[in-house]
Amino acid sequence: MRIHPAAGFLAPALAALLCFFLLPVVAGFALSLTDFDLYALADLRNLRFVGLENYAQLLRDPGFWSAFRNTLGFVAVGGPLSVGASLAAALLLCAKSARAQAFFRTVYFLPVVTTLVAVAVVWRFLYHPRLGLLNHALGTLGVAPIDWLGDPALAMPALIALAVWKNFGFNMVIFVAGLQGIPERLYEAARLDGATRWQQLRFVTLPMLLPTTGFVALMTLIGHFQLFAEPYVMTQGGPGDSTRSLVLLLYEQGFRWWSLGQAAAIAVVLFAIVLGATLLSRVRPARREAHA
Amino acid sequence: MRRWGEALVVNGLLAAGALLCAAPLLWMVSVSLMPAGEATAFPPALWPSAPTLEHYRELFTRLELARFAANSAILALLATAIGLVTNSLAAYAFAKLRFAGRDRLFRLLLVGLVVPGQVAMLPLFLFLKQLGLVNTYAGVLVPSLASIFGIFLIRQYLLSIPDSLLDAARLDGASELRIWASIAMPLARPILVTFATFSFMGSWNDFLWPLIVLSGEDRQTLPVALANLLGEHAMDVELLMAGSVLTLLPVVLLFLALQRHYVRGILAGSVRG
Repeated sequence: MRIHPAAGFLAPALAALLCFFLLPVVAGFALSLTDFDLYALADLRNLRFVGLENYAQLLRDPGFWSAFRNTLGFVAVGGPLSVGASLAAALLLCAKSARAQAFFRTVYFLPVVTTLVAVAVVWRFLYHPRLGLLNHALGTLGVAPIDWLGDPALAMPALIALAVWKNFGFNMVIFVAGLQGIPERLYEAARLDGATRWQQLRFVTLPMLLPTTGFVALMTLIGHFQLFAEPYVMTQGGPGDSTRSLVLLLYEQGFRWWSLGQAAAIAVVLFAIVLGATLLSRVRPARREAHA
Repeated sequence: MRRWGEALVVNGLLAAGALLCAAPLLWMVSVSLMPAGEATAFPPALWPSAPTLEHYRELFTRLELARFAANSAILALLATAIGLVTNSLAAYAFAKLRFAGRDRLFRLLLVGLVVPGQVAMLPLFLFLKQLGLVNTYAGVLVPSLASIFGIFLIRQYLLSIPDSLLDAARLDGASELRIWASIAMPLARPILVTFATFSFMGSWNDFLWPLIVLSGEDRQTLPVALANLLGEHAMDVELLMAGSVLTLLPVVLLFLALQRHYVRGILAGSVRG
């Protein structure tokens, strides 16, 4: 029997994905059904199958619900803000009267490539109540110092601001490509019909960007669910529980307390949410054709 | 007249946005050059009164930052080099070789893109522990040996190369491996540069996985070392900013040099939707 040449080409990548991705994912589900903890880590004979007990425990745990709410809040507020900022920046960059587009695009994109840990360290000090640049700037406007990261009501909004700053450039590039792909004749036709600038935006630009926006929104959502480094570096999940995200909780359960069974259950919940969001985005209502 | 006013608004907003984007980074560089204690004085200084490199020196001499930077660089280069080979081989098979179930297998692979890495992370850690690979370079590299996104990216590009070029070589009796190496890969150079840029930056900036796998002090990557530095020197703002500058600098320079390639990667990845 001759082995197909394709086998040799596929073997390295598929073997790596099988061993270090697919099997661990399957094992992750299995792990979430066990009480894997420090004792099992020392001796596998201490491992027991507990069925859905880890999930039942999560549902009873206020800490889980708080992380769930925090993550959802980060996604629900940070996601749209980030996509909105991307769209606004792209519209400005593509405006006919814009100058030095290449320069602005580069500057807007710069935060995207920066190391998250490093910029989180920087922003931690920008937010410092007494010494931070932000309060200093607000102070010149007469605003009293605000303890951004120390106030449970403000810490998550502060992390969201950092995330918007860090991420909007990525989607902006995609929107710019989308805007450049809109045929000029659509605008000409709209102008002939007497459409104002606002009407052109509302009835030509935005409908034409709809497919791009759907994709961008989904990827942004998935990315935002994985919130971890910002609270790890800036707040350690505090004050109180106000910035503890699902992934931070997973990390703490798994690698600080070595409750790997519990942590695996959190990972599966995260997976279910991301999968749900993906499927939901596929069943959006049939797209209305843009009227050209 | 109206046109002129619009240009003013558009460019004014663009400039304001640029200032917001750049301000944290400029402030970081400025503080990193301040004498110790200047950034924590009140009111906070914007510019160093007497610029100094003492914090950079301290990072390299007393805190051994060079070792962490070397760890990060070695890991990023290895991940990129290995990924280039494995992913481009698989991409060639998916784009240019005919075999039963090819397209079904490829679609199946793409399903994996929606699985968050955290699901695999815990079992992978236990697996590496069994193999004795915790706290080794190999342990950190394992998840980047092959990437679904990389295979996808390179395959899409290879599809645009006409088969006639390859068939001519096949008629001359060249093996597929030879065609991959001497025809397909040189033609795919632009996308390989794109993938390499993504891979290097992704590896350099990665935090959670190195944090988990590299428990020992001597093998830590730069971002992990920086997070630890924050724990030990929380109020040495100037020192921390110098550390942040050094962590960011390589990826920022790489981006500025290869911006065109990087943006192409984003756009190629976004047509999937």
